[in-house]
Amino acid sequence: MPAPVIQMRTPAETALIERFEREKSSLPGAKDARAAAFARFEKAGLPGRRVESYHYTDIRNLMRSVAPEVPVEGELIHSQHVGVEGIPVVTFANGRLQSASGMIGAAKLEQLDAALLAGAAELGTALGAANDAIVDINTAFASKGAFISVPAGEKASLHLAFVDHHDSAFAVHSRVVVSVGAGAEVLLYESHEGPDNLPYQANKVVELLISEGAKVQHIRLNISGNKALALSTLAASLGADAELMSLGFTSGAETSRHQVFITYAGENAKLDLRGTTMIRGRQHADTTLVVDHAVPHGESRELFKTVVDGEAQGVFQGKIIVRPHAQKTDGQMASNALLLSDEAGMSNKPELEIFADDVVCAHGATCGALDENQLFYLMARGLPRADAEALLVEAFLDEALDAVTHEGLREALAERVHVWLSARKVA
Amino acid sequence: MLDIKNLHVEIDGKKILNGLTLSVKAGEVAAIMGPNGSGKSTLSYVIAGKEDYTVTEGEILLNGVNILEMEAHERAAAGLFLAFQYPLEIPGVATMTFLKATMNAQRKARGEAELTPGDFMKAVRGAAATLGINPDMLKRPLNVGFSGGEKKRMEILQMTLLDPKFCILDETDSGLDIDALRIVAEGVNALRGQGRGMLVITHYQRLLDHIVPDTVHVMARGQIVKSGGPEIALELEKNGYAEYLSDAA
Repeated sequence: MPAPVIQMRTPAETALIERFEREKSSLPGAKDARAAAFARFEKAGLPGRRVESYHYTDIRNLMRSVAPEVPVEGELIHSQHVGVEGIPVVTFANGRLQSASGMIGAAKLEQLDAALLAGAAELGTALGAANDAIVDINTAFASKGAFISVPAGEKASLHLAFVDHHDSAFAVHSRVVVSVGAGAEVLLYESHEGPDNLPYQANKVVELLISEGAKVQHIRLNISGNKALALSTLAASLGADAELMSLGFTSGAETSRHQVFITYAGENAKLDLRGTTMIRGRQHADTTLVVDHAVPHGESRELFKTVVDGEAQGVFQGKIIVRPHAQKTDGQMASNALLLSDEAGMSNKPELEIFADDVVCAHGATCGALDENQLFYLMARGLPRADAEALLVEAFLDEALDAVTHEGLREALAERVHVWLSARKVA
Repeated sequence: MLDIKNLHVEIDGKKILNGLTLSVKAGEVAAIMGPNGSGKSTLSYVIAGKEDYTVTEGEILLNGVNILEMEAHERAAAGLFLAFQYPLEIPGVATMTFLKATMNAQRKARGEAELTPGDFMKAVRGAAATLGINPDMLKRPLNVGFSGGEKKRMEILQMTLLDPKFCILDETDSGLDIDALRIVAEGVNALRGQGRGMLVITHYQRLLDHIVPDTVHVMARGQIVKSGGPEIALELEKNGYAEYLSDAA
């Protein structure tokens, strides 16, 4: 019998364990959820290469130490270019909601700690069967963030502007729980930014509880600082007839991992998941999805576009699970990557786990360079190579960005694409 | 205007053009006819600046300037236009966006101001109407889902808007029915004269009924093997290319 492999605890793991012991009595609410999450973490440790879903993004190796969580003195302002006219902003400074509890239009905002202590919010409700080490760490430690609720039938739009700031290494664990009432319509825009040239660690989780017939558009912009380790998770549960479109845009952070866990809680729900990632230099960006069709008649579309330049590495892992009784599920997943340099890399891992027999599911993954014939055509019409490449990259991303129906937001994202491409032309 | 001197071209070590020499004067419409595999399309790509080819000898002068030193976009800005045999589909790029980007890129390269949106729209609408191009087509991604005839009309629309000094039309008649051919030919004929040179590359005589050339050159084995007037085209129509192919044996 082979001897079991015993992994030594890393300094980061030891520090997290010590921190939990120190802080557990003062963490706000959700005592059982925190204890259970921490126990799982304590047993498994930080996820490394040996954990299949972390094979391409070795958190155990990447997270060498644990930085302290720091409060922000004074007020932090989100940067000008993430603001979108017509979408009311609430700012989170190092994860803490800066405004007092209150109403923003039809949406009710509460500090996360207050909502947890009052029992108004719980942690993990939107996670379904998902079981994830990063979320566990967040669940164990998150004390900052917000509980947002939109009553049934109401309309709301909100910009959650996360601004991270400190002058030495720091960490942020934030949790936002959003409860969308039946038939409500919500536009939720998250932006995440932080200082360049400073190693900081973010572990941010958003839980979306979407009730029957509600419609949610969720857009997430990650322009974190260039040395950040940015871990993020969207967990959503979809009620019957609910609709969710979620698009993640990532161009920031040295290493990022955005996870999406979707659970179909009611029948006839529709999901449209999108992603656009633009990375260069030595950036690493991982997008990992688990779409769990737990009930019949669910529809899911996943379209992810990754643009990789320099020596950057992109990762896409997409898993669609169709449970035995989830008949008539319709799932289509595509991940397309564009490699702009010889050293750029992409790992595409689409997976289907289908246990029902009357379903339509497909996935496709592509990875390639720009088409030299298309480039020549554009150049033969007078566009310099860099401009021709930029036009084709914009066109490549357009298909994914098209799902954003809010015009200002669509323009803001187009501008981020443009900024990224302009920096490329100068380089 | 366009002077090609002793042009030798290879691709992946294979010789395609073997000392091709050709002159087209300002205002002249020259036709190149030749059998499949004679190097006609290679010639058009090499003039336009496609990078897959290696020029081992010779030069191409446009108004006395050797354009072989220039990149494709610089040649375009210098006034060269290639109407593609197979226009590329560019998904995600609206035709209007493409037209505006190319027109302004060429203006910028020549040190001219960008077009105002009004002037741009006016130019596009006018040229599109003349070529029977539906304005809805201009909103669609460039060439995506266009029929063969629509793609060729789009080439001529670009040619009209970019106002080049020298045009190369590579098998512009391929894939066209007779009505589309007439519209495209009328578009080309409207651009004749004004000192603009044209090189019309074709396999068939049929196109030359509509775009009547001043000179006709026969290409075979990567060279010009015969030059003369439009009568050569008629001769080829009757006798085929066998005479030129047998020379190769």
